[in-house]
Amino acid sequence: MSLRKLLVANRGEIAVRVMRTAKAMGIATVAVYSDADARALHVEVADEAWPIGPAPARESYLRIDAILEAAKKSGADAIHPGYGFLSENAEFADACVNAGIIFVGPPASAIRAMGSKSAAKALMEKASVPLVPGYHGTDQDPTLLAREADRIGYPVLIKASAGGGGKGMKVVNVAGEFADALASAQREAKGAFGDDRVLIEKYLTRPRHIEVQVFADTHGNAVYLHERDCSIQRRHQKVVEEAPAPGLPPERRAAMGKAAVDAAKAVGYVGAGTVEFIAEGDGFFFMEMNTRLQVEHPVTEAITGQDLVEWQLRVARGEPLPLTQEQIPLQGAAIEVRLYAEDPQRDFLPQVGRLDHLRLPVDVPGVRVDAGVRAGDSVSIHYDPMIAKIIAAGTDRAEAVGRLAAALAATEVVGLATNRTFLAAIAGHPAFAAADLDTGFIARHAADLLPMPEPADDRTLALAALSILLEEARVSAAAADPADPFSPWGLAPGWRLNRAAHVDLTFSDQGARIAVRAHYRPNGFVLDLPGGPLPVEGTREADGTLAARLAGVRLKARVVRSGMKLTVFAGGTERAIDFVDPRVASIDATGTAGRLVAPMPGTVIRIAVEDGQEVTKGTALVVVEAMKMEHTVTAPRDGRVAKLHFSVGDLVDEGAELLVLEELN
Amino acid sequence: MAIIEDAVDRRSDAYARNREALATSVADLRQTVDHIAEGGGTVARERHLKRGKLLPRDRIRTLLDTGSPFLELSQLAAHGLYDDEVPAAGIITGIGRVSGRECMIVANDATVKGGTYFPMTVKKHLRAQAIARENHLPCLYLVDSGGANLPNQDEVFPDREHFGRIFFNQANMSSEGIAQIAVVMGSCTAGGAYVPAMADQSIMVKNQATIFLGGPPLVKAATGEVVTAEELGGADVHTRTSGVSDHMAENDAHALGIARTIVAGLNRRKDHGLEIRPPKAPLYDAEEIYGIVSQDPKKPFDVRQIIARIVDGSEFDEFKPLYGQTLVTGFAHIFGYPVGIIANNGILFSESAQKGAHFVELCCQRNIPLVFLQNITGFMVGRKYEAGGIAKDGAKLVTAVSCASVPKFTVVIGNSFGAGNYGMCGRAYDPRFLWMWPNARISVMGGEQAANVLAQVKRDGIEGRGGSWAAEEEAAFKAPIQAQYEVQGHPYYSSARLWDDGVIDPADTRMVLALALSASLNAPERETRFGVFRM
Repeated sequence: MSLRKLLVANRGEIAVRVMRTAKAMGIATVAVYSDADARALHVEVADEAWPIGPAPARESYLRIDAILEAAKKSGADAIHPGYGFLSENAEFADACVNAGIIFVGPPASAIRAMGSKSAAKALMEKASVPLVPGYHGTDQDPTLLAREADRIGYPVLIKASAGGGGKGMKVVNVAGEFADALASAQREAKGAFGDDRVLIEKYLTRPRHIEVQVFADTHGNAVYLHERDCSIQRRHQKVVEEAPAPGLPPERRAAMGKAAVDAAKAVGYVGAGTVEFIAEGDGFFFMEMNTRLQVEHPVTEAITGQDLVEWQLRVARGEPLPLTQEQIPLQGAAIEVRLYAEDPQRDFLPQVGRLDHLRLPVDVPGVRVDAGVRAGDSVSIHYDPMIAKIIAAGTDRAEAVGRLAAALAATEVVGLATNRTFLAAIAGHPAFAAADLDTGFIARHAADLLPMPEPADDRTLALAALSILLEEARVSAAAADPADPFSPWGLAPGWRLNRAAHVDLTFSDQGARIAVRAHYRPNGFVLDLPGGPLPVEGTREADGTLAARLAGVRLKARVVRSGMKLTVFAGGTERAIDFVDPRVASIDATGTAGRLVAPMPGTVIRIAVEDGQEVTKGTALVVVEAMKMEHTVTAPRDGRVAKLHFSVGDLVDEGAELLVLEELN
Repeated sequence: MAIIEDAVDRRSDAYARNREALATSVADLRQTVDHIAEGGGTVARERHLKRGKLLPRDRIRTLLDTGSPFLELSQLAAHGLYDDEVPAAGIITGIGRVSGRECMIVANDATVKGGTYFPMTVKKHLRAQAIARENHLPCLYLVDSGGANLPNQDEVFPDREHFGRIFFNQANMSSEGIAQIAVVMGSCTAGGAYVPAMADQSIMVKNQATIFLGGPPLVKAATGEVVTAEELGGADVHTRTSGVSDHMAENDAHALGIARTIVAGLNRRKDHGLEIRPPKAPLYDAEEIYGIVSQDPKKPFDVRQIIARIVDGSEFDEFKPLYGQTLVTGFAHIFGYPVGIIANNGILFSESAQKGAHFVELCCQRNIPLVFLQNITGFMVGRKYEAGGIAKDGAKLVTAVSCASVPKFTVVIGNSFGAGNYGMCGRAYDPRFLWMWPNARISVMGGEQAANVLAQVKRDGIEGRGGSWAAEEEAAFKAPIQAQYEVQGHPYYSSARLWDDGVIDPADTRMVLALALSASLNAPERETRFGVFRM
């Protein structure tokens, strides 16, 4: 089969990554893009790019017809779905085949087989793939259930058969507590779902998430490319992924690998797939199979030295797998973290906005960065807010961990909050170094990983102040009248007749005002900081790095200004602080009284009040949905609703005025 | 261009003594200025701050571009006058950069006698306006003043150069396109009300600024109407109802921010004919001036060594170096600006005066600013010199200096006595700026000469009547004269009375001149027309 032109039905880093390999293989690349992505990186790197619709994914990246039309018009003979969007959509796989286009992925039948979790489990049971011990029978006789619990072995979990979301779910640690727990679970299940049937499963106290990368070709070959440990998760979202799984004995690796290959063979699998297991102690149990290339595939690439996209494309054009099981190497260790636009200090609220400043650790040895955005791009409400994947490899895990920490220290994002500090805290945590991993890692170490923000320290203030002073000096030198280009008025900062000079800078840190007085000195400044006076000097290098001396100690830092917000990067830490110009700040204070603004960009989903309605403090006024979270805007005081600017369904920008609340007379 | 060779013996005793003496004077100057900068004292400052107001120097700092130099004027105004209770004459004036352009700032200090105008306050305000007018500097008045100081009304109100002149100047500067902006940050009563009213644009601070011709007590006395200051002339009244003011600000900082915005929109560029080059630092340390200037005013020093520590690269293209050698003339650059320098190196003779006049003509023809380094005890006297026409040669120099329309800058670096002061562009000759070094002395003649002249006259009288005058008696006669001249010739005495624009640290001379040169370029060049030179 010929594969000369590949359309990538995806966006962001994965589209860029797939196209990179395609190009290396001499395959032409076609991007598709929504209106929101017209200037996105994946559009730029593709040989050609086709628009497929408006920003919302269901009107663009999820539109099978639009994508197939783009494929036909562009003459693509294959489609790579990436991950997410249509990657596990059997209809899409069918539609491609029907249109005579190669779908770079498994046959639709395999997608369907693995699509239903219960059906998949039944299939796996038949193929002798280990499942979590449990009872899923229809006989709900309490004595039978208790007996089944004994058979499974405590602790066990009682779950509502009909349910989800934790309702009717009970952990039972000893047999004596079973009867009460069952009754309680049944009551809740009945109340929540109108159905009191339950199932019982082995409850794993410290489970690890270990998944096996499998590959199968159209010639009946199937191999595994070892495993990945993705135990560090937050709300079932993988945060850190690594390969190989630390401490996994070779025989268990082989056993899991064989089980995974068996699972793939059971569904007639072709291409790249991942079989996810939950593991505890010596046991490992099938959870599900992902019938696509995973986000975390780079760690497997790092330890095997293979290009999994290249494998996918070779298999797609009918070639046999490049390597046999015995030929697949396992060398060193690799760890991936996902850098997200989300605010760990606000319960990981997804962030949207412009990446005013972005530096990724592309030049740290042993580090790979897969990114789909550049500085200046925006993270929108429409798609996953992942900024980049940072993958650190080493000859052993310790080296990989060290490089990961260095990579995260060299990562700088300004414009929106990210989880960088949180990731760095994980990378630097002793429990992580000790590879003491399970899915409870983040919850257990939350206090270390999400420390309460402390007031800005003197170093942060000093660097922020120095940056402002150097910038002001640069601006005044540059502001010269062309007729007076070397004016001393712009070149003698702080000069006074017969007196020493100082200037007062004001910062705002978590609502607290901090005044820093800078005394001009011949080669710099003495800053009056909360901790006492500090002599500082410095210059800004061409790349924006601040070469500073604080009390004689030389250090390199970066202070990025975005509006009035300064983000200070120094020694692997970052700290944001607001600069306040009292001459300007007052102007804002006069204009915004009584205005109520959207807390973040999103869609108005409910308006709880009417024009002219009198409301009391705390009344819900408008509900904005953004990133699948609802934000209720409430009245900050008693008042009368004067102007409603939006209707239900309207999109609003962050800071947009939603309504005006008039004073009551 | 020729480089002035370093000829300073840094190991000599004289150098050490000179250095010690001048460094001490500079330290005293800085201390005096720092003390003056505290304004009306701790209690008054606290009271001012409690009202939510910024202190006048903080207002200026807030108004200026961050880090902008501030060339303060008349720092020692009223020093030693009015029982020393009116530091800086209760008003701070100076040039600083606002939104990228040089402006004249005039800020009342309400902590000093309520910001009222003493005679020296008026003189200082008018001097700032004169500098602004000559150099086309937009004026920013930070008003917080109770108006004329009533006990001193006879020296404040009626004359030509008194209070009313402030508004006359505002009107005329406005007519010349020199922006007049008032920021009312406190009271602004009676005549003072005309400062914002005469301004092109004005700003008032909410619940703090008031403007009215007659305050509440006067209104009550006159008509019986009872009204609060805020109701009578607050920001709300004047920005909403009367239109007396244009912008209402939340507080001092906001008001100054609005003023900055106004200046940013003035739409003016410098337009001058100077060929400016990149600045070069002098080759020698400016502080060595301390060791060069003789502590004994009778001991001469080579002024070229001073020039070498002021001009770019210590490069000096001397004009007529072999002729009239007691006056050094030549071309140089200061911070990139071309200047013609005229500096004394001894008393003036006919040749030196003629050379000076010739050089002034050259500079005017070429539109090159003039810098006078004044250290002159006078013109040579005696029959030979009178017969040689020294008076007409001196007149040539005075004519040239008087009529020269290029920017002129005078620094008194030593003596400023008698007709030498005229020929070297003293105050009466309208230099754009005039500064003094702490070692300088200014009087109609030296104290010793004056005592000698007066003693000679007296002796002639006594002896003419056939009497005799004992040496002790003569000494007793001369001592108070010399003492009086010493006190009145001191630069602090001069500065207190606004005979100059300030006393400066000699090591700052280059920067002070550079800032002033740059500021002077705001005014368009003016063609010089000389009067009749007596030949």
